[in-house]
Amino acid sequence: MRIGFYPGCSLNGTSREYNESVQALAKAMNIDLIEIKDWSCCGATAAHSMSKELSLALPARILALAEKQGFEEVVVPCASCYNRLSVTNHEIMHNEELKDKVLTAVGMPYFGNVKIINVLQLIEKYMVGQLSEKVTHPFAHQVACYYGCLLVRPHKILQFDRLEDPQSMDQILSLIGATPIDWAFKTECCGAGLSVARTDLVGRLSGNILKDADDRGAEAVIVACPMCHSNLDMRRSAINKNLEKPVDIPVLYITQALGLAIGLSPKELGLQRHFVKVNLKEVEACQR
Amino acid sequence: MENKKCISFGLERKTGVNVSHCYQCGKCTAGCALASDMDLPPSYIMRLLQTKNAENDHRVLSSNAIWICLNCENCIARCPKEVDIPQVMDYLREESRKKQCINEKSRSIVAFHSSFLHSVKQNGRLYEMGLIAEYKARTLNLLQDVNVAPSMLMKGKLHLLPEQIKDTKKIQTIFKRTIEIKDKRKV
Repeated sequence: MRIGFYPGCSLNGTSREYNESVQALAKAMNIDLIEIKDWSCCGATAAHSMSKELSLALPARILALAEKQGFEEVVVPCASCYNRLSVTNHEIMHNEELKDKVLTAVGMPYFGNVKIINVLQLIEKYMVGQLSEKVTHPFAHQVACYYGCLLVRPHKILQFDRLEDPQSMDQILSLIGATPIDWAFKTECCGAGLSVARTDLVGRLSGNILKDADDRGAEAVIVACPMCHSNLDMRRSAINKNLEKPVDIPVLYITQALGLAIGLSPKELGLQRHFVKVNLKEVEACQR
Repeated sequence: MENKKCISFGLERKTGVNVSHCYQCGKCTAGCALASDMDLPPSYIMRLLQTKNAENDHRVLSSNAIWICLNCENCIARCPKEVDIPQVMDYLREESRKKQCINEKSRSIVAFHSSFLHSVKQNGRLYEMGLIAEYKARTLNLLQDVNVAPSMLMKGKLHLLPEQIKDTKKIQTIFKRTIEIKDKRKV
């Protein structure tokens, strides 16, 4: 099958390991992901904080490129890019006047024939059927599945999973032998785009998330968003300043957890790129 | 104030959000992760906009709340009237920039967004090192992230040079036809 792939800037740089693990997992599952040629940035939080028109035009270029290159379905692993592309797709296809304005700025046609899916939908749709038989190293850990904001909100547009207590990641993790915990911060914000400008706030918000996961016995936090990952992982020293008891639980992308379970090596999944050491027994056994 | 000059008028015209739909239940503020750090929490912003009063409009546009808002969208998820507060916040940020009344304490956040967009405009994709260099130059926060940057480089998370797309001209045209129409100060 021919599935389009939009990595976005984070997966191209600061979250390289997410890209590596998505690619490695797709390859192991015989899924061909084809990168959209000459893709550009979606504009992220910066664009829609500064200009509504820009925040629609940047994603619209990507949608138009994908359509032109013949993709009906595009997987977007970054939750922020997934959100911006989905919201743009919805807004311009529901407002003719806005669509004309945005596409004039972009200078390309777009007919609305592209479907955007996130990484959980990719796994559910194309991998779940063959997952159980491929598991060689059950991921036997208590895990906190952390969805963050952008995969589930705005619910009216995204229509993905449950708004306050989503389940899709929990169900996928159960299939590889993990035990997802019940916890309170599944969709609370980590601080997202304020990582650089207000690291203090990110430290506090992400601290609340990790403390709850730790208190309830999670051995790992599982994410599907590069911003959630970099805030919970790279900002760990800022986080631990806010906590009475420092937390050392690792944060893994869902694609890394699945990859480990089907026997891919920690290196091809990019686990060495994390700031917080992934001190799980199967990873240490491989590295020895 | 003449009605057409107040924020709520322009807001409704551009986004369709009618502030009078808010009946002040406060669920947005209760669910907001940063309400306690905001000078005006979201439900109070809605109340001030309802007054259609010039002084209150100015308070809203010069607040720090509109800039530290994380766009996490919990407010609209919990609102019984589904008032689209995230759209309100986007509109208020644009107006705040246009009228040049950005909150003093929030300038670093605006500097980050500007540096981000500038990098995208030049390369088509984000160039993190360029972003951080420009952000430091704009804010003089020279020590920002000196502790994590070397490890990021070691872990292969930063590009030394920007990666440019082929069609950077198209991206520059998109900027010219959108954000730069209203905003004479280029990003």
